[in-house]
Amino acid sequence: MPAPTLEPGAPIDGDKSASFWQDAWHRLWQNKLALFGLIVVTTLSLLCFLAPVLCAHVLGFSYEEQNLALGPVSPNRTHWLGTDPLGRDLLARLLYGGRISLMLGMCATAVSLVIGVTYGAVSGFVGGKTDMVLMRMVDILYALPFTIFVVLLTVFFGQNIILLFVAIGAVQWLTMARIVRGQVMAIKQQEFIEAARALGLRRRRILFRHILPNLLGPIIVYATLTVPEVMLLEAFLSFLGLGVQAPHSSWGVLIKEGAEVMEEYPWLLTYPAAAMALTLFSLNFLGDGLRDALDVHGSKD
Amino acid sequence: MPLLTVNKLRTSFHTRAGVVRAVQDVSFEIARGETLGIVGESGSGKSVTCYSIMGLLPQPPGRIEGGQAIFDGVDLLALSHRELNKYRGLRISMIFQDPMTSLNPYLRIEQQLIEPLLIHEKMDRPAARRRAVEMLADVGITDPVHRLRMYPHEFSGGMRQRVMIAMALITKPDLLIADEPTTALDVTVQAQILDLMKKMRQELGMAILLISHDLGVVSGFCDRVMVMYAGRVMESARTPELFYETKHPYTRALQKSIPALQVKGQELYTIAGAPPDLLRPLPGCPFAPRCGYVVDYCAREEVAALEVAPAHCSACLRVQKEKMPL
Amino acid sequence: MFRFVARRFVETIPVLLVIATVTFFMMHLAPGGPFDLEKQPSKEIKARMEAHYGLDKPLWQQYLLQMKHLLVGDLGPSSKYPSRSVNEIIADAFPVSLELGCEAMAVALFLGLLAGMVAALKQNTFLDHAPMSLAMLGLCVPTFVMGPLLISAFALHLNWCNAAGWYFARDRVLPALTLGAYYAAYIARLARGGLLEILRQDFIRTAKAKGAGQVRILFRHALRGGMLPVVSFLGPAIAGLLTGSFVVETIFGIPGLGRYFVTAAFNRDYCMIMGSVLFYAAFVIGMNLVVDIVLVWLNPKLRFD
Repeated sequence: MPAPTLEPGAPIDGDKSASFWQDAWHRLWQNKLALFGLIVVTTLSLLCFLAPVLCAHVLGFSYEEQNLALGPVSPNRTHWLGTDPLGRDLLARLLYGGRISLMLGMCATAVSLVIGVTYGAVSGFVGGKTDMVLMRMVDILYALPFTIFVVLLTVFFGQNIILLFVAIGAVQWLTMARIVRGQVMAIKQQEFIEAARALGLRRRRILFRHILPNLLGPIIVYATLTVPEVMLLEAFLSFLGLGVQAPHSSWGVLIKEGAEVMEEYPWLLTYPAAAMALTLFSLNFLGDGLRDALDVHGSKD
Repeated sequence: MPLLTVNKLRTSFHTRAGVVRAVQDVSFEIARGETLGIVGESGSGKSVTCYSIMGLLPQPPGRIEGGQAIFDGVDLLALSHRELNKYRGLRISMIFQDPMTSLNPYLRIEQQLIEPLLIHEKMDRPAARRRAVEMLADVGITDPVHRLRMYPHEFSGGMRQRVMIAMALITKPDLLIADEPTTALDVTVQAQILDLMKKMRQELGMAILLISHDLGVVSGFCDRVMVMYAGRVMESARTPELFYETKHPYTRALQKSIPALQVKGQELYTIAGAPPDLLRPLPGCPFAPRCGYVVDYCAREEVAALEVAPAHCSACLRVQKEKMPL
Repeated sequence: MFRFVARRFVETIPVLLVIATVTFFMMHLAPGGPFDLEKQPSKEIKARMEAHYGLDKPLWQQYLLQMKHLLVGDLGPSSKYPSRSVNEIIADAFPVSLELGCEAMAVALFLGLLAGMVAALKQNTFLDHAPMSLAMLGLCVPTFVMGPLLISAFALHLNWCNAAGWYFARDRVLPALTLGAYYAAYIARLARGGLLEILRQDFIRTAKAKGAGQVRILFRHALRGGMLPVVSFLGPAIAGLLTGSFVVETIFGIPGLGRYFVTAAFNRDYCMIMGSVLFYAAFVIGMNLVVDIVLVWLNPKLRFD
């Protein structure tokens, strides 16, 4: 009696096939913490981006408007988060400060991304002696307290905000370079690359069409995780008096000022610190969630 | 009394996609000193059966739903991990398929080899070390004293498997469970390992439960064979009877699939279809969709392995009811 | 092993040279000098002081002079504290920073490893989520927020320790906690991740099959491999503790090297800056060598290099 045959390749349960990105999105969606992080970061970014509009129309205060007669008051109906010793509205300052902090975070991350990815991709792709030398340099630099140089740079060359972005970004590129290089090496050895070669594709095409898309995962994850590190570094510099200068302020500056008068006017520390902590939390959770969703592992060994 | 009696073992995996019934009502016995082979394709449940007995199932998704595994009068499935640890490594040992990943790469061979002795027999280190050297020599490793100080990655695949065997047998257990011990090895090395196991069996007299997907390996090594499919026992018998008086269509199909036994130049025989989805088991016999002997009641009635000849069980409904010859 | 260490020593020298050169040129290319900041002395006095410190010579001459001094180990006089040489200042201040750093590292390792191990063993239970959430907190709160908060809670309200100063043993507690918190958090996450990775491996199953209990499996089998990410992190952690000490020393009024370095930077105290930078670099490189040796010991596969 003939047995019923099954078509080879036919889906067994009529399952829809999902692409890698769809799978990842699905996993991320189920990670409540990561979603929370994503929502918070997006909301905060939006609020800060709209700071000028909000301050002018909703709050009615600008971030530099001083009201010396009023002085520092705790949160009330007019000033939702209170004011500082110069009578400046805290919420307005927080929104504008957030603009600077977040922008700094993203730009510096972008800088470190560009340097790190290029360095790592070249090192991994070219391989051989070049790779050995380049990676040895990274190993050595990894151990050095880069931050010292950033301190020196900012002390000596004035507090140019562009320089700040570049300097901070320059500290963080090492991890990205390592990750990217590891990933490129792993992909280079995989069989589908050999298949592409066997089909006669040129090296550049292989690089762009096949290797780069696979790099996207780790890059996204580590970029997301670099932003909080950068923001912490900026806060550190602000504490030393080096970061962003008046009249601009970042959350780091606000926290520093708040820490100084912590005992008498606690709200001046609480709200900026909470804002920064919340943002860092969210970015870290989001980064972790992305790491799980995209199934990215750190460099082995 | 048999050394190990497994009675209607049922194991499932509770995954996000549903419950996978990996082992369904599996029963068998092993007598002291006997060698039983469990044969089946991937996903047939043969490894899961043994992991269940040894308590090595990953517990969150895996769960033993029912059954007993009575070893020398004690139901292993009812024991706590602590109590089970008194049996594992001392009276029942297990070796695994991939010796590279099954040995701890961060420890020297010596530390891993003497571990069962330290845990169970409370030997002091010098005595344990002497025993380890003897054992390594026994499994055919030259220069054992020097080799003890090495790390797993300094050994070849075959040597690593020898080390695993030494490690499993160092406490002279009553039962050795071998989960596909030769699958990850080269063909020539496979033969060597099997010979080694035969030799150890001769020396120590332990019972062996050998899991394999390779009928050839099993035929030359085991006293009795049990064939599993989709988590169930399809047939079990003494080795010569299983091969010469097959009483299940699946076993027959497996035999027909052996490449070496087919006529050169003709298309290779394959069993049509694919193994069933263990998430949604269909009623009746799991092999029915692919069976060449199927009739209408095969896909309807409950299936269980029953004795159809002396010491020969089969789960085929047609063989049970009509004594159908194969 | 010996060749490994020797090779590293040889590598270090050019690195230090590069660092010294970069620092030198950064300092001298920056606008302003050591005598421009505080109350301006008269022109002649300023000229005399500059001559005394050799600052009136052409740049390349100053560079060579500096290198010559460095090779001998003479770090020069401090321009801010003229009566003390940089060597003396470092000798006084570094042990303080070192003690702070060691205590912070001890805090970080103890808390971090404990939290990580518990979380890995009790994965997905409360004992996993609670420590990991605390760890996340430690990563997101900057030191200079943590510090004042701890001071406020423990020193001012509960009165368990002093708010500042470095006199009694009690004074070590808050600074060490403040500095170590971030690293404890990082280590906790790394330890948990590393252990979970190891516990999934086949050889853990083999150990269970041999009848090993949970304790034995954790300490004898899992820890060696699981600790690798933590040990790899120690290198950058040491560098981080160093820079973190700047903030902590300022908040708690601790007379450590960090404070001197920051003050020197602001005051353009060239010798002090150069001295601190090189000292830090040498120390960190040395510590990294130790870390790498430990790494090789932990991971036998690396030994055959």
